[in-house]
Amino acid sequence: MTVLSPAPLRQARAIAGTELRIEARAGEALWIITPFGAVALLLTPMAVGADRPLLSQLGTGMYWVVVLLFGVLVALRQTATDSPGHLAVLRMTGMPAAARLGGRAAATTVVLLAFETLLLPVMIALYQPDLAGWPWLAAALPLTAAGLAALGTLAGALVHGMAGRGTLGPLLVCPLALPLLLGATELVKEGGYGQVPWLWLLLLVTVTGIGWLALLLGANALEESS
Amino acid sequence: MIAVAGLGVHVGRTPVLRALDLAVGAGQVYGVLGPNGAGKSTLLRVLATLLRPVAGTGTVLGARLGTDEVRVVRPSIALIGHDSALHPRLTLEENLRHVAALSGRDGAAVPDALEVVGLRRAAGRRAEHCSQGMLRRADLARVVLTEPALLLLDEPHAGLDRSSFGLVDLVVQRVRARGGAAVVVAHDAPRVWALADRVGELLDGGLVALHRQPAAESEWR
Repeated sequence: MTVLSPAPLRQARAIAGTELRIEARAGEALWIITPFGAVALLLTPMAVGADRPLLSQLGTGMYWVVVLLFGVLVALRQTATDSPGHLAVLRMTGMPAAARLGGRAAATTVVLLAFETLLLPVMIALYQPDLAGWPWLAAALPLTAAGLAALGTLAGALVHGMAGRGTLGPLLVCPLALPLLLGATELVKEGGYGQVPWLWLLLLVTVTGIGWLALLLGANALEESS
Repeated sequence: MIAVAGLGVHVGRTPVLRALDLAVGAGQVYGVLGPNGAGKSTLLRVLATLLRPVAGTGTVLGARLGTDEVRVVRPSIALIGHDSALHPRLTLEENLRHVAALSGRDGAAVPDALEVVGLRRAAGRRAEHCSQGMLRRADLARVVLTEPALLLLDEPHAGLDRSSFGLVDLVVQRVRARGGAAVVVAHDAPRVWALADRVGELLDGGLVALHRQPAAESEWR
C-alpha cells in the first residue's frame, strides 16, 4: 500500500523549480515589488536634496533598509502562498515539510538575489556611494537573500491560516532580520576601510544558518500543527 | 483499509466528531450523508491523515492515526476536496506533472490521465483560465494518475455537468477494481447510494448506518 517517495532533495528541487516558474509568470516580486523599492530609494535624495556627500554616506545603509523592508514582501509574496486544497495535495504526496519549505526558501533566495541585483544600480545612480568595499557584496548579497528567504518562509508557515497573516508575517520577520541589515551594512562599510570584516561576515553566516536550521528542523511540527 | 473506533475530532475548540466508528474494507465504497456542518469534510480530512483526532483509535491503510506512521501511507491516499488543488498559475499538465514529480509517479502518464477525463486538449491551459468543471475533472485526473489505494471524495459531482457525472463513477470503479476503497461524501443521496456499498448518515458527530435509501430528502434531514 505504500509508494516509494523520491529523495527529499529532489522534491525540494521540484518545489523550487515550480515556485520560480510561478514567479516568472506572475512577476509579483520583480515587476510589482521591485519598482516600489526603487521609488523608496528615490525618496531620500528628494528629502535631502543635492547634498552629494551626505547622500554618498547614506547610500549603502538606505539600500539595505529597502532590501530588508521590501525583501520581506518578496519573501511573503502572495504567489508563494498555498490554497488549502493545494497544500493538502502537497502534504498527501508524503513529502517531508522540510523539503517543501526548503524548496520554497531556495526559490525565494533566487528571487531576492534578483531583487537585490536590480536595486543596486538604482542606488548607485541615485547616491553615488564610495565603491571601495563593494567586492564584499559578493558575500553580502547571497547571504542576506538566503537569510531573509529562510526567515520569511518560516514566518509564512507560522502565520498560515491565521487571520491577519498579511500584517503579522512582516511584523514577525522585520525584527528577526535586523541582524542581517546590520551585518550587510557594516560588512561593506568596514570592507571599504581596507579591513577584513570577519565579525560582520560571521554575523551574516550565523543568522542565515540559524534561519535555515529553524526552518528545516521546525517544518514538520509547523505543518502538523496547521 | 479504514478502521476507526471512538474517534473524536475538534476543529479549533469546537467538537465536530464524537465517538465515531467506521470500518471500510478493500474493494468497498462507503457513502456519507448529512446536513451542512455535520462534519463530513472534517471526517475526510481525518481519514486523509491531515487532521489529528483528539480521541479514539484508528488505522488508515495500516498506519495509526495521530502518529508519524501516516506519512508513509499518504501518497497512497487521494483526497478530492471542495477547493481545487491546482495552482492557478500552472497549466493543467504542469499541475499534474508537479504532483507526479513529488510523489514518485511517472510524469509520462500525465497526458493519458488527462485523456481519461477528457482534458487532453486543454492540457496547456492554465488552471486560472479553466471553468469549475474543468478543475474538478483535472482533480479526478490526479486520481487516475496517482492510482490511490484509498480515495476520499467530498461532493465529487459539484461543478460537473451531468454528462461528466460518469467520470466520478469511473474513477471510483478504477480504485475499487485495484482492490482499493473509497469514501464518498455528498448531499445528493441518490448519487451516494448509486456509488456506495454501504451508506451512513453523520448525526451529532457520529455515523448512523442507513439500510435503505430514504424516499425523500426530508427523511434524513
